[in-house]
Amino acid sequence: MTIVHLLHGPRLVVALKGDLDLKSAGELRQALDQLIDRFPDRDLIIDLTEVEFVDSSGLGVILGRYKRLSARGRSLQLTGVRPPVRTVLDLAGIAKLVTISDHLPKSPVR
Amino acid sequence: MTNRMILRFLSLADNVGLARVAVAQMAGQIGFSLSDVEEIKVAVSEAVSNAIIHGYQGREDGWVEVACSVAGDELVVTVEDWGVGIADIAKAREPAYSTDPERMGLGFVFMESLMHAVVVESAPGRGTRVEMRRRARVGALSRDVQ
Ligand SMILES: Nc1ncnc2c1ncn2[C@@H]1O[C@H](COP(=O)(O)OP(=O)(O)O)[C@@H](O)[C@H]1O
Ligand SMILES: [Mg+2]
Repeated sequence: MTIVHLLHGPRLVVALKGDLDLKSAGELRQALDQLIDRFPDRDLIIDLTEVEFVDSSGLGVILGRYKRLSARGRSLQLTGVRPPVRTVLDLAGIAKLVTISDHLPKSPVR
Repeated sequence: MTNRMILRFLSLADNVGLARVAVAQMAGQIGFSLSDVEEIKVAVSEAVSNAIIHGYQGREDGWVEVACSVAGDELVVTVEDWGVGIADIAKAREPAYSTDPERMGLGFVFMESLMHAVVVESAPGRGTRVEMRRRARVGALSRDVQ
C-alpha cells in the first residue's frame, strides 16, 4: 500500500494506492492516525482513485478513522471511489456517515 | 467447462490476496462479468481473512485450504481452517456481530450479499468450513430485489 498526503486548502488529502484488505489494514490505520494527529485542525479526504479492492477489513479502518475524526468535530470524505469499491461501501451503508464524491472539492481561493 | 483447484497456504495476511486472485481467475473461465468477479473476490477475501484472524487468532502456522470448482455456469468455493471453530454459528452470521471490538462484523453479511448461497459448518476446537456458491447466468442477487 502506498500512502501519499498533501494539504489541499483547509483539508488533508491522503491518496492511497493498492488493495485495502487484512494485509494493508494495520499499516494504513497507523499512517492515518499519525496524520490525523499531526494536522489536528484539518478535515480528511481519502482519495481512492488508485484503490481497486476494499473488503470489510479495509472498510473497518476507514470507519474507525471516521469515528476518531467525528469525536473531534472533524469530517471525513471519500473521493475517487471506483464501482467495485462503491458496491462494498453501499453494502455497509457508509454513505450515511461519510460524504462520497467522484472528485476533489475545489480549493478555496485565498 | 469444468475445472477444479485446491490451494493450501499458511495463515498469513499476505495470502489473502493470493486466494482471491486464484478464485477470480477461475471465475473468469466460466463467463462471470468483471463486476461479478470483483464481488466474488470480496466474498473470498472475507472467508479467508476470517480463517486467519478468528480461526487461528494470529497464529501464523495454521493451514487454510481454499477449494474452488467451476462447472457449467456455477462457481463453488470452500474455505476451510482447522482453528478454534465457532460456538454459535447463527450468532456469528448476524450483521454487526463480531467477537473483536475493533472489527465491524460485516464479513458474513458481505459473503451472503455477494454470493447466491453460503453454508457454514463449524465445531469448537476443530475448525470451520464455509461453502459459497454463485451462478454466472441467473438473475439478480437477493440484495438487488430487496
Ligand atoms: N473461521 C472462523 N473461525 C472462528 N470464528 C470465526 C470464523 N469466521 C467467523 N468467525 C466468528 O464470526 C464472527 C463474525 O464474523 P464476520 O461477520 O466476518 O465479522 P468480523 O470478521 O468483522 O468479526 C467473528 O467475529 C468470529 O467470532
Ligand atoms: Mg470477518
